[in-house]
Amino acid sequence: MASSESSKVSLVSPTREAPAWKKSAINLDSGFKGLMLVAALVVLGIVGLIVTELLQGSALAWQKFGIHFFFGSEWDPVSGGFGALPFIYGTVVSSLVALFIAVPLAVAVAVFVTEMCPKPLRRPISYATELLAAIPSVIYGLWAIFILVPILRVHVEPWLMKYFSWTGLFEGPAYGIGMLAAGVVLAIMIVPIISSIAREVLAVVPQPQREAALALGATRWEMIRMAVLRNARAGIMGAVILGLGRALGETMAVTMVIGNSPAIAKSLLAPGYTMASVIANEFNEATSDLHRSALIEIGLALFIVTIIVNILAGLLVWTVTRGTPARTNA
Amino acid sequence: MTTAVEVHDLKAWFGKTEALHGINMAVEAKHATAVIGPSGCGKSTFIRCLNRMHETNPEAKAEGTVRVGGVDIYEMPAVDVRRRVGMVFQKPNPFPTMTIYDNVAAGLKLNGTHNRKILDDVVEHSLQQAALWEEVKDILKKQSGASLSGGQQQRLCIARALAVSPEVMLMDEPASALDPISTAKIEDLIFELKQKLTIVIVTHNMQQASRVAEFTGFFLMGNLIEYDKTEKIFTNPSDKRTEDYITGRFG
Amino acid sequence: MPNRQIGFRRQMTDYFFTGLAAGLSVVVVSALIAILAYLVLRGVGSLNWSFLTQTPKPVGEAGGGMANALLGSVMILGIASLFGVPVGIGAGIYLAEYGRNRLGQLVRFTSDVLNGVPSIVIGLVAYGLVVIPQRHFSAFAGGVALAIMMVPTVARTTEEMLLLVPHAVREAAFGIGIPQWRTTISITLPTARAGIITGVMLAFARVAGETAPLMFTAFGNQFWSFSANQPIAALPLQIFTYAITPYDDWHRQAWAGALMLVILIVGTTTLVRFVFMRRMLGGVR
Repeated sequence: MASSESSKVSLVSPTREAPAWKKSAINLDSGFKGLMLVAALVVLGIVGLIVTELLQGSALAWQKFGIHFFFGSEWDPVSGGFGALPFIYGTVVSSLVALFIAVPLAVAVAVFVTEMCPKPLRRPISYATELLAAIPSVIYGLWAIFILVPILRVHVEPWLMKYFSWTGLFEGPAYGIGMLAAGVVLAIMIVPIISSIAREVLAVVPQPQREAALALGATRWEMIRMAVLRNARAGIMGAVILGLGRALGETMAVTMVIGNSPAIAKSLLAPGYTMASVIANEFNEATSDLHRSALIEIGLALFIVTIIVNILAGLLVWTVTRGTPARTNA
Repeated sequence: MTTAVEVHDLKAWFGKTEALHGINMAVEAKHATAVIGPSGCGKSTFIRCLNRMHETNPEAKAEGTVRVGGVDIYEMPAVDVRRRVGMVFQKPNPFPTMTIYDNVAAGLKLNGTHNRKILDDVVEHSLQQAALWEEVKDILKKQSGASLSGGQQQRLCIARALAVSPEVMLMDEPASALDPISTAKIEDLIFELKQKLTIVIVTHNMQQASRVAEFTGFFLMGNLIEYDKTEKIFTNPSDKRTEDYITGRFG
Repeated sequence: MPNRQIGFRRQMTDYFFTGLAAGLSVVVVSALIAILAYLVLRGVGSLNWSFLTQTPKPVGEAGGGMANALLGSVMILGIASLFGVPVGIGAGIYLAEYGRNRLGQLVRFTSDVLNGVPSIVIGLVAYGLVVIPQRHFSAFAGGVALAIMMVPTVARTTEEMLLLVPHAVREAAFGIGIPQWRTTISITLPTARAGIITGVMLAFARVAGETAPLMFTAFGNQFWSFSANQPIAALPLQIFTYAITPYDDWHRQAWAGALMLVILIVGTTTLVRFVFMRRMLGGVR
């Protein structure tokens, strides 16, 4: 029996030449994957570019001032002396004021919607809160200049000066604009973020926990306090910190009402300046390379601080929801 | 023999679905009564009506009379009812953010007791009643309630429920999520507890019912088919449906 | 059983906190209503044909509009989408289909980081990357800045939507011999299409209102500009510029512009959330 091996296809041999069409498919597969990989790497590249740009741009100022840049309180483009302390102070204080106002509001909304309110009201209230997040910063600023500030100047600030000046926080002329105005606008802007994460975190508390509290004879508020808020503590803290992160970087609305005065004042009614605002206001008019570099260095500091804050918040929220932390954009 | 819980014509709904169709039952004081029946027969719904947990579901409704110690529980605040009628759930649910001590003391603190000495005493006593004291007495305030094993957690939940001195204890399949050894411990516990309180226990395990309960009620599709001494139910039931269930023809 | 009433204090506490939570919720909703109401009140009168078709008039002269800013915004957003959407979708595809590994985790993490970067910092970066080498402001630079901001949102949504597609669907395709790349393009992507479009629209709506990153890139322009290589006006930028001036007429126009911007953004977001999400989630599940 003649045996021709050349054309035999061995059915048992595991090594077979892949047919031609399959080879090209594999190439296309790797090509496609490669393309998608490039897109993913672009994301990494963007952040890399951000870091390099910021580092390069701030090099001049860093060389000139070193670490003292962040402790000096003289900001004088004319003489060339740049200290960023007033802006750090302004950013921190305005954000704290915002948190002070926003956290009770946001947590209240979250608790109300998740635990207390009648079902038909849930959607409208959540929707309304989310709508607040969709409004651009510049529009908040516009509204704040023409509506909020007059109210503050005419009604709220004199009242605060009258009854709370003993705290030392409410002194000086009632301009309307200033740290308090910035804090209030920021508060309205960060309520949606804190509230939506808080809502998620509260919803994840298992129902049996609530039942355990109720079965012991707890009233509804006691049940919420004991079984829901307690269990969601870490997550709510994460939500608050996420709100802080957003407040730190907020630019337009704050710029429009903070008064743009690079001075550190104890009174909340005084004008101030934040890191984001000074960049927005002065960058295009910067008088020298050093000036510009100083502003970029402030940008670098802002970048680092917001990253740290956001990572911290993300970790806290993740430990509670054990999953993808909620996206915080609209 | 006194009646601890009197149920007259109890009906319950989930939305439009009627889950219980007029239950009448008299539960003996200081005895254990088992509630058995196939899945979906309404046994959990029934006992959840006894401490008004049923109505925590927004779609739920209940009608009828339930008297505990002579007083209609629907005529008093639900919060008060749950202090007198305690509950242990199918899956142990200790408060994970609280220590063992705080878990047991939770109910007491709610009711305004803050005296350290009293709390310490009650916590110890409840944990002893729940046969958990020896195992946790050294870690009372050091470990969280959720750090214990499943069986221990359930006994912790029993201690927590006992701490507020209820007259009636409802148990919704308390051992179904536990291993056999823990189950045996819980059953021993029930033996001890029923000398002082009235126990109503839902179980899908008929052997368990015959082990721990003097009385048994058989539920089917929202109706109480037969209610009698456990012995009778399992050896000589009056209703054919009861007989079919216990001999395993369905459920 | 003793007929003891539940402690008065406990009951009152319960009512108090319920009332407090309800009251604060009302405050929040009122804030929203206050903002939207004033926008409509102050802006609707000025939102007229001349506003939509004319360019700004010099200070002192009444009238004029934001037509060039509208066009500018459209151009900038167009450029931004041109770069941001493909990169975002591509990254999302990578994360969903190939990215269950260390690199994927890194990309996901980086994307979240990028999402949290303040928009003004992005503006600074785009300045350094585009404006300085080109030596002038441009719509292109603005587009780059906004593109950077779109990428994380689009990538994450795309990934989520692709992951919602059941693996069984892909396996069915593999089973009849369709290669991975073809499966993704022809089967997985179309299934997730509605959700991905949703994500793109949401990202779009978000960056449409951004002002800060445009300040050092697009810079603004009083006149018509049709070139991507020149400074250009944009709606949010124009609103800002007008708002901080002392001129009433410009304030009036700022309100009109703001109303318009809010209608577009909120309209898009609402449409997306309610119409598409409902339909899409109903379909995929």
